[in-house]
Amino acid sequence: MGKKHVDAIIVGAGWAGAILAKELTEAGLSVVMLERGAERTTQIEGAYPDSIDELRGAVRKRLFQNLSQSTVTIRNTMDQTALPYRQLSAFLPGEGVGGAGLHWSGVHFRVAPEDLRLRSSVVERYGEKFIPEGMNLQDYGVTYEDLEPFFDKAEKVFGTSGEAYKVQGKIVGNGNVFSPDRSSDFPLPVMKDTFSASIFRDAAKNAGYHPYALPAANASRQYTNTYGCQMGPCNFCGYCSGYDCYLYSKASPNVNILPALRQDPRFSLIPNAHVLRVDLDSTKTKATGVTYLDTKTRKETSLSADLVILGAFQFNNVHLMLVSGIGKPYDPVSNTGTVGRNFVYQTITSSRVWLPSSTYTNQFVGAGGAGVAIDDFNSMNFDHGPLGFVGGSPVWVNQAGMKPIAAATGAGGGGTPRWGSAYKDALINTYKHSLGIDAHGSNMAYRDVYLDLDPTWKDAYGQPLLRMTFTWKDNDIRMNQYVVSKIEPVARAMGATKMNLVHLNPGQPFDTRKYQTTHLGGGAIMGENPQTSALNRYLQSWDVSNVFVIGSNAFPQGMGYNPTGMVAALAYWAAHHIRTTYLKSPGPLVQA
Amino acid sequence: MELTLNRPLRRSFMKGLLGTTSFWMAAGSTQWAEALAAETAAQSYQPAFFDMKEYQFLEAASDRLFPSDHNSPGGKALGVAEFIDRQMQTPYGHGENWYMSGPFQQGPANLGYQLPFVPRDLYRKGIAGVETYARQHYGKEFAALAAVQQDEILTVLEGGSVQLGEIPGRVFFEQLRTNTLEGVFADPLYGGNRGLAGWVMLGFPGARADFMDWVNQEGAPYPIGPVSISGETA
Repeated sequence: MGKKHVDAIIVGAGWAGAILAKELTEAGLSVVMLERGAERTTQIEGAYPDSIDELRGAVRKRLFQNLSQSTVTIRNTMDQTALPYRQLSAFLPGEGVGGAGLHWSGVHFRVAPEDLRLRSSVVERYGEKFIPEGMNLQDYGVTYEDLEPFFDKAEKVFGTSGEAYKVQGKIVGNGNVFSPDRSSDFPLPVMKDTFSASIFRDAAKNAGYHPYALPAANASRQYTNTYGCQMGPCNFCGYCSGYDCYLYSKASPNVNILPALRQDPRFSLIPNAHVLRVDLDSTKTKATGVTYLDTKTRKETSLSADLVILGAFQFNNVHLMLVSGIGKPYDPVSNTGTVGRNFVYQTITSSRVWLPSSTYTNQFVGAGGAGVAIDDFNSMNFDHGPLGFVGGSPVWVNQAGMKPIAAATGAGGGGTPRWGSAYKDALINTYKHSLGIDAHGSNMAYRDVYLDLDPTWKDAYGQPLLRMTFTWKDNDIRMNQYVVSKIEPVARAMGATKMNLVHLNPGQPFDTRKYQTTHLGGGAIMGENPQTSALNRYLQSWDVSNVFVIGSNAFPQGMGYNPTGMVAALAYWAAHHIRTTYLKSPGPLVQA
Repeated sequence: MELTLNRPLRRSFMKGLLGTTSFWMAAGSTQWAEALAAETAAQSYQPAFFDMKEYQFLEAASDRLFPSDHNSPGGKALGVAEFIDRQMQTPYGHGENWYMSGPFQQGPANLGYQLPFVPRDLYRKGIAGVETYARQHYGKEFAALAAVQQDEILTVLEGGSVQLGEIPGRVFFEQLRTNTLEGVFADPLYGGNRGLAGWVMLGFPGARADFMDWVNQEGAPYPIGPVSISGETA
């Protein structure tokens, strides 16, 4: 019996997969989407009150990757033995329909234009020698102007709330003065500032900075999107990150795209389908389909397809490329190969500010995407010349809804008690009267920071685990320390009675035990040169032209902004070129 | 707070329906049944995973980690031991979401947990280890010691200088501390946080989940007390 054939297979039911599925079915293709996790629908398991259960949600990690089946190994340096990431802690990939797009917070940025051409920008301003030895600083191969229509399109699908600065060349509002021109305004008005964000806004402004409201894919009003999918107004319940939004206010593939897709006869979604490999022909230059395992029946199935889209989580896309033999694995010693190269993260540190005991910050109130930020120290918005580092960091108050278990388990330490009555006193004070200020910064790529296959540990399907070699480097530590030093005067102006400024420190390696962020990037990056990028500027594999790899894996550097907005824009950008060019004449969109 | 009155009323209403079709229709969720069962059982809970000695250890230790004081009742009264016992019977207790494939090789602490033990193992071995330590150093089991002696033992475990058989004392301490705080602050559905006293202490409103009118009240405290998933208020 022959294999079942479809026009396109999409691996992963997150944002990237859902966007590509929508675009390709619109183009008339039959699409099968394979999701290794479970089906997830907001009206059932996301419903109130079960969904707002901290233990079941963020603590036992209902929506996250089940590591017992598959994980990664991690080491800091190439001379170490990498060990398995056995418990979810430093980063939290999603699993199930919606992927990380179901459990995210909803901060929905565009991009700082110069981050897309960071190497060129740094060289133009400071010369080639400014780039530290061993840093793989690269351009994306696309410009903000290329992507603008796709940022715009994504915002209208996500129902993004925000305040613009400039639309079609005209200053229209009190938005981010560093943000680039927009073809149209946000589809929804800006979210309200929480009390904590409002006092940060005032203090930052008085200090001469340029505060703006975070763009949020949390609906400030009822909204019906491009696809006829409906969102309800956010009520600041605080159950965004780690939860499926019971109010249909936070954008997710489940709420904003899949309801439209599920009605399309050309589309089918298969949950509990773990893709083992992309099948290639004997030349290794063409994919013939994929082979997946039904995780319930343990039965293997091969599907054939003309086009394969990898839309899994960042490192799962890289893993699939490596185990399938798509492209050449990166070797840091010979500095050859591209798959696994430029693995990046973000430098995120959270500082805490205590206000007088008469002032309540009500930290359980919040919206994941809302808050007030400054970009004065992000991207190329300040003079790096005298500072001697590359990169930057927005600073913000993003009160997203602090729950009691998270507050209690994280409290104490650093010389203060972690249990007992004195601990309880401090916990109460911190919960009621403090707020967090984050430096949410970039992370550059380095020759000896990369992804490859682990030689020892295997997943539940017998395949080698992906191995991460990652630690913090001097450039990024100094950038983080510089930006955090700018928080102190602002916090004083906010009326701080006490503060705990947290920054990275030299000699402290990446710690897998502490949650930092799930914003992993790179490993299969886009670019203009097949020697230094796995994908061309359309996110098409240089080596296997009917495979497109969509996600933050394409980022050559970790940027200061949250990645989802950029992932969505890249997904629509790639889909546009598949629809308008590739489908007419399948083959490489850029000649290597 | 006047809303406290709702609690016995709701409970007796639901109990009256218990086991009937109306109950299941009214409940609409197995969690209601679980919550009611937990409330009924709170006074006479029979541990299913731990034996009575182990259970007494959990009551005593959770009551030192989270002591009764002017801020709130302690871990024992809040039902932390019941919470942990019930967690041991969930996928979490069995470590079903942890990567537990070998080989198990120890490495730098910052590369994370590398022991071949799931939470059930950590408790069984860890409690036995603490009891051995308590008898050796104090001549009594942990639960029979004075609070100050119990605190000394917990301090030593936290400090990382003691090995409890196969389990580093620090690893056991962190497991116990984390689960104790979960038991204090999780929804009472899971057996802890009795009377919502953990949430009352922090001013956390529980399952209210609608703060449209309190996004910015210029630093005033939120005025309404907590409600649990089952509708209990405090």
